[in-house]
Amino acid sequence: MLSLADVSKVYRVGAFGGKTMTAVDGVTFDVDQGQVVSLIGESGSGKSTIGRMILGLTAITKGSITFDGAPVRPGADYYRKVQGVFQDPFSCYNPVFKIDHMFQLIRQIRPYTQEKLEESISSVRLEPGQVLGKYPHQLSGGQLQRLLIARALLLDIRLLVADEITSMLDASTRIDVLNLLVDLKARGLGVLYITHDLSLGNYLAERTVVLRRGVVVEMGPTEKVFEDPLHPYTRQLLAAVPRLHAPWEDARPAGCGVHSDVQPDPDHYVACSCEKEPE
Amino acid sequence: MTTLQTAPEKAETVVRREALYFAFRNPKLLGGLAVVLILLAVGIFGPILDSGDPFAYSFTDAIQSPSGKHWFGTTTFGQDVFTQFVAGLRTTFEVGALGGGLTAIIGMVIGFVAGYRGGMIDEILNMLTNIVLVLPALAVLLIVNAYLGVRSVGMQALFIGLTSWPWVARAVRAQTFSLRTRDFVDLARLSAVPTRKIILREIAPNMSSYLFMTFILCFGGSILIASSLDFIGLGPTQGVSLGLMLQNAHQWSALTLGMWWWFIPPGAGITLIVGALYVANVGLDEVFNPKLRET
Repeated sequence: MLSLADVSKVYRVGAFGGKTMTAVDGVTFDVDQGQVVSLIGESGSGKSTIGRMILGLTAITKGSITFDGAPVRPGADYYRKVQGVFQDPFSCYNPVFKIDHMFQLIRQIRPYTQEKLEESISSVRLEPGQVLGKYPHQLSGGQLQRLLIARALLLDIRLLVADEITSMLDASTRIDVLNLLVDLKARGLGVLYITHDLSLGNYLAERTVVLRRGVVVEMGPTEKVFEDPLHPYTRQLLAAVPRLHAPWEDARPAGCGVHSDVQPDPDHYVACSCEKEPE
Repeated sequence: MTTLQTAPEKAETVVRREALYFAFRNPKLLGGLAVVLILLAVGIFGPILDSGDPFAYSFTDAIQSPSGKHWFGTTTFGQDVFTQFVAGLRTTFEVGALGGGLTAIIGMVIGFVAGYRGGMIDEILNMLTNIVLVLPALAVLLIVNAYLGVRSVGMQALFIGLTSWPWVARAVRAQTFSLRTRDFVDLARLSAVPTRKIILREIAPNMSSYLFMTFILCFGGSILIASSLDFIGLGPTQGVSLGLMLQNAHQWSALTLGMWWWFIPPGAGITLIVGALYVANVGLDEVFNPKLRET
């Protein structure tokens, strides 16, 4: 369905774009129908940039992103199939308008009836009467986030880019939203779940892509990546997950472990860790 | 559910209605606007009361203090000061509306485009803004005047518009920069909303109060600049304006001759219009900014 091939993003920075900064470097992976792929990485690793490039919000510098074999072209046609939900639900709504305004906007790309609108709001476990006609500041973060998913459902999309959608929610609301994503998967939607939270990625995803400084360091089925992390960075990430009643393990990258020519499993990619650390 | 079905269409009207509710209860806004509207009415309907020629000479009526016949007295040449004041008010409002409108429009277009597009377009527009900002407007006007034989109100407004927009552009650009990074702009893009509509319907409503106030300030500022230009003799060659009246009063030594009725009405007119606009502006700030509302 969605396919990224050697995608890079180089930003021009400084006065008149004199300097460059590589945010994403040669990333390749696929997201299939009914599949949740989690894209894991620390802040600044380029994961949100990848999400924005898939959504056509940021231009690609090199490589290609295709959806059903055709290159991504931002526009009504593409946005009927692919949508995004972002991290901060409060920033997703124009504060001067009621939340109905957001649903109004998508009318031009896919007309819907009032019944369909209420149905999709109900399907994210909200009561239409309690949320429609309200200003964004009158609703909670969880409600707003679920309404964004309702918006995506109203469009009958096939791929959802979920960029850190639970990081601003409290624990109980978070699990509600995650279960919604599981429902979406059951409906046959593909989900790219961008997160820095390993446990959430583990909970949802079939496949995991670990990103570091814009480069994919390890990629494969979630259980393989989590149970048998090969790249020192993945090991370090997993060791950094806090556990109850367990002493902190200090797992620094243990030097060169894997080389690019030694791939343990064709389905489990791991980058060469001999790379020179940037200054 | 019937109420819910009409809700989306009403969302924008409610915002406007709420602003109107507070606008009608704000003494500063109402007072300021009342003064401006009264002066505007005098400018528009004044000629009905007094249809004389503002330049008509009458040596028998020269240097008359205010009376029933000449409400604001007469000049050294017997011209009626009230007739001139009424005609001058019209010109002054014209310059304010044209010059202020032009300033606001140029500034907003450049500010929105630079702020929303960013990158190279922003660099170029920003450079243009800074260049115009440091132009010595008065010196440029002197040079322009040397080439243009006839100076009209329209030319004056055009000149004011072309030289005063940079501050508006800078402020609008900065605000647009901050708003365009908000996720609701991305969400509008994901709804295939065209750029022009994103700027006008998503970003601009968030700063509507500021834009409205900008126009008011540009209006007042334009009147002040026009008056200064008139006073130093760079005003329109034909017609009369409040600034030109002041210049004539000064030129013919009204102050030394004790002819206070010649310079006080135009001076007070300019002060009242600009002062009232500024008071209305403070009132508007309270209307649009919930934190400043006293009710």
